[in-house]
Amino acid sequence: MTARIIRHFAAWLLLSAAAFSPNAFAKLTIEITEGAGSGIPVAAVPFKWTGNGSPPEDIGAIVSADLYRSGRFDLLPPSDFLSRPSEAAEVRYKDWRLIKAEALIVGKLTRTGEDQYDVSFELLDVYREKVKTGLRFSVKGSQLRQVAHQISDRVFYEMTGIEGAFNTRIAYVTMQQNDTDRTYQLMVADSDGHAPQQILKTTNLPVLSPSWSPNGQWLAYVSFSDEQSGANVWLQDIASGQRRRVARIDGSASAPAWSPDGRAMALTISSSGNTDIYVMQVASGELKRITRDPAIDTEPAWSPDGRYLVFTSDRSGRPHIYRAKADGTGIERLTKEGKENAGASFDPSGERLVMVTNRGRGAGYQIGVFYLATGRTDVLTDGTLDESPTFSKNGTMILYATKMGREGVLAAVSADGRVRQILKLHDGDVREPAWSVSR
Amino acid sequence: MMRRFGTIVMVLLLGVAISGCAASKKKGGSSVEVEDATIGSTTDSTASGLGADDTTAGEIIVVEGDSQGDLDDPLGQRVVYFDFDSANLTPEAQRVVEAHAQYLASNPGMAVVLEGHADERGTREYNLALGERRANSVSQIFQSLGVPADAIRTISYGEERPVSMGQDEGAWSLNRRVEILY
Repeated sequence: MTARIIRHFAAWLLLSAAAFSPNAFAKLTIEITEGAGSGIPVAAVPFKWTGNGSPPEDIGAIVSADLYRSGRFDLLPPSDFLSRPSEAAEVRYKDWRLIKAEALIVGKLTRTGEDQYDVSFELLDVYREKVKTGLRFSVKGSQLRQVAHQISDRVFYEMTGIEGAFNTRIAYVTMQQNDTDRTYQLMVADSDGHAPQQILKTTNLPVLSPSWSPNGQWLAYVSFSDEQSGANVWLQDIASGQRRRVARIDGSASAPAWSPDGRAMALTISSSGNTDIYVMQVASGELKRITRDPAIDTEPAWSPDGRYLVFTSDRSGRPHIYRAKADGTGIERLTKEGKENAGASFDPSGERLVMVTNRGRGAGYQIGVFYLATGRTDVLTDGTLDESPTFSKNGTMILYATKMGREGVLAAVSADGRVRQILKLHDGDVREPAWSVSR
Repeated sequence: MMRRFGTIVMVLLLGVAISGCAASKKKGGSSVEVEDATIGSTTDSTASGLGADDTTAGEIIVVEGDSQGDLDDPLGQRVVYFDFDSANLTPEAQRVVEAHAQYLASNPGMAVVLEGHADERGTREYNLALGERRANSVSQIFQSLGVPADAIRTISYGEERPVSMGQDEGAWSLNRRVEILY
């Protein structure tokens, strides 16, 4: 019965996503490849629309898709609903107990002006027969998807006690290749893949390693100015498009990582053949060197409290994860298992790292979670070329890059490994995801 | 200055002859565009500092001499290859590098670019550093044989510019390389 629900609902999801999405750029669609099958049963009633024609957004569908993607809920199919209330007063709880819903989401979308809408929503506990929470919004049409994600965040928090991560954005890189050229685009989209925007486009100049500023206004990334120069780090204001190189550096710069307070950036600088980690003050450009080893030291990432950096170093002979204090002292090796470990970053609690791990013996490159307290690694994926994992801001989901056949796609796996989804772009190869912590 | 020899041949990479892969052509140009990403904004996007004009790629010239494709001539080989995760040169690669070093040392004023590359396994940033290490390894040999440091420029593209798109050791071994470009 659960498998039927999942298949039925997934099909319904894809149809409604297709019906309501604007099509300015080639966009991501979400295909659920594995489901938990034992989540909390929730009924999300399509929001009542009082207006002419179709509603500008299907708020209920967006909320349902968010909750379903988390892997913690079973969304009951609307075709099974015996009634369609839009507020608590209209709810007959018996109708919902009959289909075994534990929680009920109802709401209304009303046009109140030229480009002005009212959204109201309530979350109800079916067995206790009471309202758990509700919200009201008055917004423009362009903000309706954000409102839906805020509703999802509220529902997620009420049901799990964990802050939601649905009202966030992702950055990623796409690459399209024809006979002679490779076209790169740095893109920003909502974390459900909608409303993709092109931030940067280059021809034959690779783009990699996007990194969000904590306030969500800037992206740092790595690219090449021209055919004569090596990699450099750029800061770009997402709203205005203004961009600059971080500093005049002798050699090349890459692997930018904003500090949690947004004032500093850790990065990798290569000069005279030596690759080391530096911390730069964003405002002044002042550089402090963190590693001095002749080995490759790269991919710095900050702990949530800003006191530590983890990074990849091959000073032992193969790449592994090391940790240093933010001033470069106290360097110690963290990962002892596996043939190689690289690309680590912290979860929001500071207790875990997500990273790329290769266990050796032909296993390939997979996504692993490393527990700092025990030194243990859990491998979450089973690809062979999985990379660039990034945690959601609530630590429940990991977005990463993988291959489907030859094609690069993004995938998400729940931090406990139970639920996995593919986010598929229609044209081109997708890679290098980064998940914002703010909208 | 580059057109000393009778035949100028745009040779791409040694790997082309082997793999015949269309994706390995050297590109004609490169450009950058920045978009104003605000929905409904009325301000123009301003990309500071960069033009969107094509810049020409460096010319690639094979020093052919008299015969066509004399593969025994190490100076005619412009690519050297590496083992996985390594920046060490094989004895054959060493021979090629030394030939180029001697050519450069006896032609002061010639400049060379060493482009380092890696196969796709491992993270992109690590591979950027690995490409750098490989290019630098060749550069060190050049310098030890009398080529002045300011005649040499090293650039790494990591795994971003593969010549072979396969996902097996045959393809990967062609991508782990340093290209010697004049």
